[in-house]
Amino acid sequence: MRESRALPYLLIAPSVIFLVGLFLIPLAQTAVLAFQENGGWGLGNVRRMADDLNFHDALANTFKVVLLAVPLQLALALGMTMMLRKVQRGRDLLVWVWSIPLGISDLAAGLVWLAILTDQGWLNSVLFQIGLISQPRAWLTYETPAALLAAIVVAEIWRATAIVFVILLAGVQLLPKEYEEAAEVFGATPWQRFTRITVPLLKPSIQTALILRTVLAFEMFAMALALGGRNFPVLVSEAFNAQYFSQDYGVAAAYAVLVMVISVAATLLYLVALRTPAEQRS
Amino acid sequence: MTSTIGSNRALFWTGVAVLCVWTLLPIYLLALGALGGRDIVAQWPKPFAPFGATFEALKTFLAIEGVWRAAWVSIQAAAMTMVMALALGVPAGYALARFRFRGAGAYRVLILMTRAFPVAILALPLTVSFIRLGVYDTPFGVALVHAVLATPFATLVCASLFMGIPKELEEAAWVFGCSRFTGFLRVVLPLALPGIAAASIFAFVLSWNEVFAASVLTVRQRTLTAYLLSVLSESPLHLQFAGGLVLIVPSVLFIFLVRRRLFAMWGIGNR
Amino acid sequence: MASITIEGVAKRFGDVRALAELDLTVADGEFLALLGPSGCGKTTLLRIIAGLESQTSGRVLIGARDVSALPPRKRGLAMVFQNYAVFPHLTVYENVAFGLRMAKADKARIAAQVEKAAMLLHIEALLKRHPAQLSGGQRQRVAVARALAVEPAVLLMDEPLSNLDALLRLEMRAELKAVLAGAGTTTIYVTHDQTEAMGLADRIAVMHAGRIEQIGTPSDIYDRPATRFVGGFVGSPPMNFLELPVRDGKVDLGGFALPSPPGAGQKVLLGLRGEDVALSGPGEDGFTFTLKVAELLGPQILLTGTAAGGQPLRIVLAAAGPLPSLTPGSDISLKPDPARLRWMNEAGQALETRS
Repeated sequence: MRESRALPYLLIAPSVIFLVGLFLIPLAQTAVLAFQENGGWGLGNVRRMADDLNFHDALANTFKVVLLAVPLQLALALGMTMMLRKVQRGRDLLVWVWSIPLGISDLAAGLVWLAILTDQGWLNSVLFQIGLISQPRAWLTYETPAALLAAIVVAEIWRATAIVFVILLAGVQLLPKEYEEAAEVFGATPWQRFTRITVPLLKPSIQTALILRTVLAFEMFAMALALGGRNFPVLVSEAFNAQYFSQDYGVAAAYAVLVMVISVAATLLYLVALRTPAEQRS
Repeated sequence: MTSTIGSNRALFWTGVAVLCVWTLLPIYLLALGALGGRDIVAQWPKPFAPFGATFEALKTFLAIEGVWRAAWVSIQAAAMTMVMALALGVPAGYALARFRFRGAGAYRVLILMTRAFPVAILALPLTVSFIRLGVYDTPFGVALVHAVLATPFATLVCASLFMGIPKELEEAAWVFGCSRFTGFLRVVLPLALPGIAAASIFAFVLSWNEVFAASVLTVRQRTLTAYLLSVLSESPLHLQFAGGLVLIVPSVLFIFLVRRRLFAMWGIGNR
Repeated sequence: MASITIEGVAKRFGDVRALAELDLTVADGEFLALLGPSGCGKTTLLRIIAGLESQTSGRVLIGARDVSALPPRKRGLAMVFQNYAVFPHLTVYENVAFGLRMAKADKARIAAQVEKAAMLLHIEALLKRHPAQLSGGQRQRVAVARALAVEPAVLLMDEPLSNLDALLRLEMRAELKAVLAGAGTTTIYVTHDQTEAMGLADRIAVMHAGRIEQIGTPSDIYDRPATRFVGGFVGSPPMNFLELPVRDGKVDLGGFALPSPPGAGQKVLLGLRGEDVALSGPGEDGFTFTLKVAELLGPQILLTGTAAGGQPLRIVLAAAGPLPSLTPGSDISLKPDPARLRWMNEAGQALETRS
């Protein structure tokens, strides 16, 4: 049809304007703000951020959670995906149940595990009733940093594995069964089939899932606050404090830039490490 | 031989069951805590069934004013997010699906960038702009930031939906009297509607659940997430649990409604 | 009803030339088939006429109106698509009524037209159903009914029968012929199936690599192909072409002499259909045909072999008639029907015969 050549551009224009105005520009503004000092350029904000009492803890905590939770989630999600392949009846129901955490806010997830792990919560109730403890034990205080870390990691795994799971599931649906069947005919065990055929074929989905999950993990905020409060600072909660309570916009921006840089670095890492060269693509 | 298969099968289904319980039990416990009122929170050791769940407790739950007021703000913000994401995403998705144009590649990169960056953090610089524009501390301001999260997703989902509708159907509409626009309304949209509905529900849930930007951008008109965050350390536990339940239930319900399209959409939206 | 005129229409896709400058006129009420192999440009031409593609140069006129720059809905035509393009979310009734609804016809007229079209296509019983509940053949009828209901000036059909199985195709072809003859609409019908074209069309335009090789009635095309391509494309088995030397005004067909046609050079191409040869009787002059394979095809036998210096030749003999030895390798003496020879120059262009 003869139409204005500009039609496609007109159609994407609103979203482009929107994303430029509310994403690219604030992005640039954050970057600029982070490195401004007294009307000029400077690393003052970055220094103040690094000198902050909680900075090292926040950095360490964030990385600890990411490095512990993400690999475990990947493993768990892979397991769930493989298990799902064997289920025929009730498949839809199972997918729904296992994806429920997708709809749950990280704050709500934090509250859920708070209910379980709080002093008079359900975990202690169970431990008490099976006789392991005689009175409520605190799991979430600053005196038990390892338990607190474990609690947060477990809660994160509970909440966010569904994200990885759903992406892997979508990827697995696209895999033709012939490859694995061929491997089976040639004598590969289930484990060999899994590691040598399925997982490599799933690389693109794994890459996508890992990028998404890792970026989200570095943004962790409400979960840490709900379970740890001030005992478990993370990068984003410190950014929040700087912005909202200290009104120190510069430091908040510095934190934001730090998180962005880490996210981009992680994304690039995944893109390179899990790259599927063109020849290997089907 | 059969015994190993049998025990393998038992192991398998046990594993499935464990994973299901692992997913559902915590939510159930939260619900218990929320609906049990003040009593159950203080109770020790905690029961696993709602014994003595009183009507009183339920009434307490329903009367927690702060929670319901904040929920209403959340609903407004989420609804606006949904509308904006669709208004921006539907035409953009159509353009990507039906036209080959220079700039399509760059556009896709822009969309993907929103995935690689922690988007909610952009609420920080936007605070100042929003104050100046007068949308600070409004559901609309929150919705604007949420729409940045939701629009790329909506665009890619719509693009995929429209690509699945044969071009021949649109051409038939054009031959028999439609312009491109009326053809879209009468043929493409009705066929894409279920998918678009699912995508908009997902946008709604995205906004409903978001914590950071909502907390940064609101002071008095707080969304439910912002409200709950602010009262985390101070509020009595039963209120927090109640808030958590109100936060969870609609999301879970919505995800149930779109369950069939769930992984198709999520897989597409994140490619 | 209107005529269709195409003047100098050409189409490029980037560097690829899909259509050379074409001129074509379809008379009011005529049924023209665009026949050719895939990639020849016939569908592109049809879509340009419909307004679904825009031409790189040239004009399209419907009746006296220049519609070259108009969108499809303003050209007064209707179209039947290859994959039917029946709207899945509407009932059969709503599908057939679609064009009329868009034209804002009143309810009474819509009802009358839909009923008329439904009766013509025998789908009255299906009006309340949705396309998903119909078979391919039924959906095809709905597509045709939808096109006829608007009583278009011009009807375009893009390989409408190619997705049906062979038996259904035959039935639908006959039905289509009856229905369209009754309506008398100017029709352009795109197909790669030459039996369809031969059976349905008043005239056929044979296309190849973006050009129209020949336009003529089915018998024109069949008996007097203008180019080697046309001769080879129409007819089953395809027309044979033998490259033969010309000496002293005579063409040497493997020893059998034929008068040379006017305009022949040193060599000439003889177009000969497999059914236009006969066994030469005892004492009769003939040329030698060396048999390789014989296949019984019901009432006929297809003999594949070589002649005139090893050139491939396929002939058809009636299975019930006198037959030669069918052992592979045997030599058979044949004589061509002198009235059915089609001479072409070495470039594949037809030479005019004396008569």
